[in-house]
Amino acid sequence: MIDIAKILFTVILINNIVLSQFLGVCSFLGLTTNLKNSMGMSLAVVFVMVVSSAITYPIYTYLLVPNNLEYLQTVVFILIIASAVQVLEAIIKKSMPPLYKAMGIYLPLITTNCAILGIMLLNIQESYTFVQAIINGFGAGVSFMLAMFLFAGVRQKMSEANIPEFFKGMPSVLVAAAIVSVSFNGFKGVIENIFG
Amino acid sequence: MAKKNRSLTYEFTKGIVKENPLLVLLLGTCPALAVTTSAWNGLGMGLAATFVLVLANIVISALRNVIPDRVRIPSYITIIASLVTILQLLLQAYLPDLNRSLGIYIPLITVNCIILGRAEAFANRRTIIASLMDGLGMGVGFTLALFIIGSVREILGYGTFFGMGLPYIGGDYVLQPILIFALPPGGFAVYGLLIALSQKLSNRLYAQTPAPILDKEHYPGSVLVGSAFGSDGKLAYPVVSQEKEPSAGDAGRKESF
Repeated sequence: MIDIAKILFTVILINNIVLSQFLGVCSFLGLTTNLKNSMGMSLAVVFVMVVSSAITYPIYTYLLVPNNLEYLQTVVFILIIASAVQVLEAIIKKSMPPLYKAMGIYLPLITTNCAILGIMLLNIQESYTFVQAIINGFGAGVSFMLAMFLFAGVRQKMSEANIPEFFKGMPSVLVAAAIVSVSFNGFKGVIENIFG
Repeated sequence: MAKKNRSLTYEFTKGIVKENPLLVLLLGTCPALAVTTSAWNGLGMGLAATFVLVLANIVISALRNVIPDRVRIPSYITIIASLVTILQLLLQAYLPDLNRSLGIYIPLITVNCIILGRAEAFANRRTIIASLMDGLGMGVGFTLALFIIGSVREILGYGTFFGMGLPYIGGDYVLQPILIFALPPGGFAVYGLLIALSQKLSNRLYAQTPAPILDKEHYPGSVLVGSAFGSDGKLAYPVVSQEKEPSAGDAGRKESF
């Protein structure tokens, strides 16, 4: 139990996947222009993250490792993610139309979201168990959602600010992201104090 | 013949300044922010991405008539992932230190938007030679930008350059390194400031932005998809001040560049 709390706490606050590990920065910068888009995208990311964690773990442990094919992990994982996204899209479209409406258009974009592949690789690197890998995937999705949610709010405020001409657009957004990222740096060292 | 030569040179040089993938097209931001804590890391990441970019461009251009249009994106991703695996094995064998410091960002080159973007926008409709030049130019531009970000962050964050101490910084001197620049927030800030600088400079140098090639079809999964474009297909934010109309003089200046 402590294990699970520690993984969740680490991945959501201390090593926030967007603001500390820079995974998924593309969609973070592209889709935080309004709250609705960012929530739809994050929902889709949480979903795909959990599903692909659950699929990649057994394939890596029971198929690649016994056959000494670990070096194929990048190719295999990206294909799993791409097909998982396709299958999910079809299933959700058929069985849960409201959910598809909320996150449907973001699903294809997820294949090229480096957060998913990154977390799959980190699951292997940290040698998590099956349950831990799924928890880590879920936590990473939530941490993506937290970052998107916070930053969408910041950007809504920023859209009314008076910004110098050549700082308009991306530069001002990135500087704002730097300041939001500073706030996550404050969690460094907390984990030792809580979990020993 | 002369025209063809010039166009090849153009394909090479456009990626370095005018359509710099990192500073103008805003592609491949993940590695740009994550690994650029030192000049050497930035350079290494840039060269690794260039390796994959050039080979992917060549392979995809060679297979452009073979790959069916409907499954082209999965095919491209598979090709890129295989190339990345080759690169990873090479790095493990010959540059283990660099491989360790770049960590999972090496396999993540697979999902780097630049490579898929160039495959979609360029390599699947041009000759092998042109794609090679395009890949080289884009790679050099990417490497250069990463190197600049890495150098700035290393000098400001640690007070060193390529691991060597700089005079008058650190120790007993008044100037002390500002560690925040080596931490994640510094990455966002330096990258943002560099884009601002390049926008300022391109305001002076070019009358026109390279924006029109940056549409949803050409750059799947890029930063600009569906967000930075207005309804008229133009960038929602001005890279170049809008009141300056492109005139004959501007066009001439562009040609001369």
